[in-house]
Amino acid sequence: MTPDRLSTTFAALADPTRRAILARLVLGQASVTELAAPFQMSMPAVSKHLKVLERAGLIARGREAQWRPRRLDGEPLRDVAEWMEQYRSFWDESFDRLDDYLQEMKKEKKHDGR
Amino acid sequence: MMVDRESAMKVTLPSDREIVMARAFNAPRDLVFEAWTRPEHVRNWWGPRNATKVLFEADVRPGGSWRYVILNGEGVEVPFKGVYQEVNPPERLVYTETYDVEPFNSGDPALNTATFTEEGGRTLVTVTTVYPTKEIRDFVLGTGMEEGAAESYDRLAELLVELSRNKR
Repeated sequence: MTPDRLSTTFAALADPTRRAILARLVLGQASVTELAAPFQMSMPAVSKHLKVLERAGLIARGREAQWRPRRLDGEPLRDVAEWMEQYRSFWDESFDRLDDYLQEMKKEKKHDGR
Repeated sequence: MMVDRESAMKVTLPSDREIVMARAFNAPRDLVFEAWTRPEHVRNWWGPRNATKVLFEADVRPGGSWRYVILNGEGVEVPFKGVYQEVNPPERLVYTETYDVEPFNSGDPALNTATFTEEGGRTLVTVTTVYPTKEIRDFVLGTGMEEGAAESYDRLAELLVELSRNKR
């Protein structure tokens, strides 16, 4: 995945409405009307958000002609998650060692009688 | 990777310029604050496991600067520096952070706010980092010291739910 593609995904994820739409789609596919229901915004506004998500490859349209349900497309999300995982591993390792180190510090403080 | 343990770190992206990390430690917060700020302690935990510690110095008071330098697994120098803006032990720290390598050290630094809250002898540390641009934030997310493990869709779903909850 090129950084540009990742930027597109992050840009799509940067909006709370779009994240809420994705969170809904995690539960299963839904029609545009269903996706719009929780938001107080016009259908065109919701469609705009859906287009951004679609362009980022985060959602796809079903084939059913009548209601064209949207569903989650996991591939770009997995790329984002993998990128995050790298950042996470640096801090995960550091924090694990900090936790161990704090236990040593605790023992030493007891020794010092402080 | 142990994701289900109680103290597992949580990472969220509440906006396109931020990264928020939260992690609980089994220690009182004055101790956590000390371990977090005093360089002689920081050198014992900060950085990837295979790193060589080169330099850890910090003048922990408003206006004071800090500098941590390590060598990564390939022997490449990884220098970070910054300036403390707010020092309020053992509750809160605000400090800038710069990856001291061209061209990342030429623009505005990232701003970190670390808060320490104690509950029942455990301390929750939450670090919010605001980057000057979304591009830099995304770059930081991508700088791994090692190959990232594949993420499960379950955790991703949790993350998304969390992200949307944070904003509403």
